Amino acid sequence: MSRIRDRGSDNIRGSSPLVRRAFAGLLMAGASGISPALADSTGAAIAVHGTARGVLPCIACHGARGEGNAANGFPRLAGLPAPYLRAQMSAFADGQRENPAMAPIARLLSADEAQAVSLYFAGLRAPELPNSAPVAAGPGGLLALDGRWSDRLPACVACHGPGGIGVGTSFPPLAGQPALYLESQLEAWQQGKRPPGPLGLMQVVARRLSPSDIAAVSRWFAAQPAGDGR
Amino acid sequence: MRMPSLALVLVAGIALAGAPDSARTDMAPNAPAPAIPAAFQPPAKEAIPPGPYGDMVKLGRDVFRETGKYARPFVGNELRCSNCHLDAGRLANSSPMWAAWVAFPAYRAKNHHVNTFQERLQGCFRFSMNGTAPPLGDKVLVALETYSAWLAQGAPVSANLPGRGYPRLKSPPLQPDYARGRIVYQQHCALCHGPDGAGQSAGGQVVFPPLWGANSYNWGAGMEGVNTAAAFIRANMPLGLGGTLSDQDAWDVALFVDSHERPQDPRFTGNVGDTRQLYHNSRWSMYGQIVAGHVLGSGSMPMGDTGQQK
Repeated sequence: MSRIRDRGSDNIRGSSPLVRRAFAGLLMAGASGISPALADSTGAAIAVHGTARGVLPCIACHGARGEGNAANGFPRLAGLPAPYLRAQMSAFADGQRENPAMAPIARLLSADEAQAVSLYFAGLRAPELPNSAPVAAGPGGLLALDGRWSDRLPACVACHGPGGIGVGTSFPPLAGQPALYLESQLEAWQQGKRPPGPLGLMQVVARRLSPSDIAAVSRWFAAQPAGDGR
Repeated sequence: MRMPSLALVLVAGIALAGAPDSARTDMAPNAPAPAIPAAFQPPAKEAIPPGPYGDMVKLGRDVFRETGKYARPFVGNELRCSNCHLDAGRLANSSPMWAAWVAFPAYRAKNHHVNTFQERLQGCFRFSMNGTAPPLGDKVLVALETYSAWLAQGAPVSANLPGRGYPRLKSPPLQPDYARGRIVYQQHCALCHGPDGAGQSAGGQVVFPPLWGANSYNWGAGMEGVNTAAAFIRANMPLGLGGTLSDQDAWDVALFVDSHERPQDPRFTGNVGDTRQLYHNSRWSMYGQIVAGHVLGSGSMPMGDTGQQK
């Protein structure tokens, strides 16, 4: 189990310091700038307040604007395609995508609620990166931009778009996602703990990557400006 | 979009080349065995030498990868060289440029004379890029030729270097079929190339190339041959999953793709039947054939609007 999954489960099951910190962040977010119009919609209400059935507010972990949490590896949700987000909620609920933090949440959401909250985050603008330090290319950049065809690895950007900004509804953005998150997902594909994705592509690709490949390419995409692929 | 500078990428390449290979594993149980005989290995990407020669190699590589940007006056669609020649012309069985370079000059039945390498490249622009042939000696052609020659360093001069072109497929078990091909397309291709074959873009850049319609290759391109398209698809598609489709699926989907309208053959005589007789007299060309009541080629878009014409 990765660090992220461990942390995620702590977060939900107990009153760990992480949860307390998350709710402190939540209160601050509530005070600062979620527009009333958005908060009126079902999706926004779930994102900000959670539900009466016990679903925690999404923004507690995923950030006030769905920007994610790099330190803990919680992914950015803002600007991701709604069908992709919705599919992930289903995969969490039925266990195909293993995640002890998200599984109970996904199971407590009705289909309509899952749809509404997916649409809400899809509609948020991709966040600006706080640090605009130039990205060192390194082996991660080489894999991302060129692939490594001697191992039958296409470039990541061949499907995820220039700089990893995402393409259409099936190829989500990688740019600006926390490195910890990207690493954990590539490992999950290797281990069969996440559905292999359209055409099984991501499982095939992930299984051709070494641990050092995964670390390098995850860091590279984490440092890319998120932009807006749409 | 910000891209790392070329220098950084090259430095990165050196770092990667120094990393041990033992860490790489391939755990995919169903991964296809590469259908590649021992193929020539082009020089490492980062081995382009400094100086004017290396600069021309780099320009050729850039033209190859971002054709619409670096050869804009001559490009009339949304394709790039590297769409059909994967890994920027380095990959065996994906029409690698190192194998093409050592095979020219060559006689071509397509135009009934011995073609130099630059003439061959002109054909790519005229047909596959639906554009305008750069004049012989144009910097774009010099750059592409230099890049190809650099890739071919150490290769024997040969018309049939292993890995050249796309591995020829045997005749299909069943006659290729449009309806079956459509199903294969929907299951394996539409995810990237779109249900209408128009491809997909992001951030103002074409990510998945259009396979038919006004922004794809024209009726004079090699890829309009169902046998050529089938061979390319079987070896290379879906991207990253080359070799996973059956021969029959590859034939069927190639026929489906090449049974759609695309820009007119620039050699068009004004009559589809005559043009077929002159340039498409092959069982593997759908030009002039009737699909779903429509004569292919009769509704073709005019030649692409190249940057030169603007």
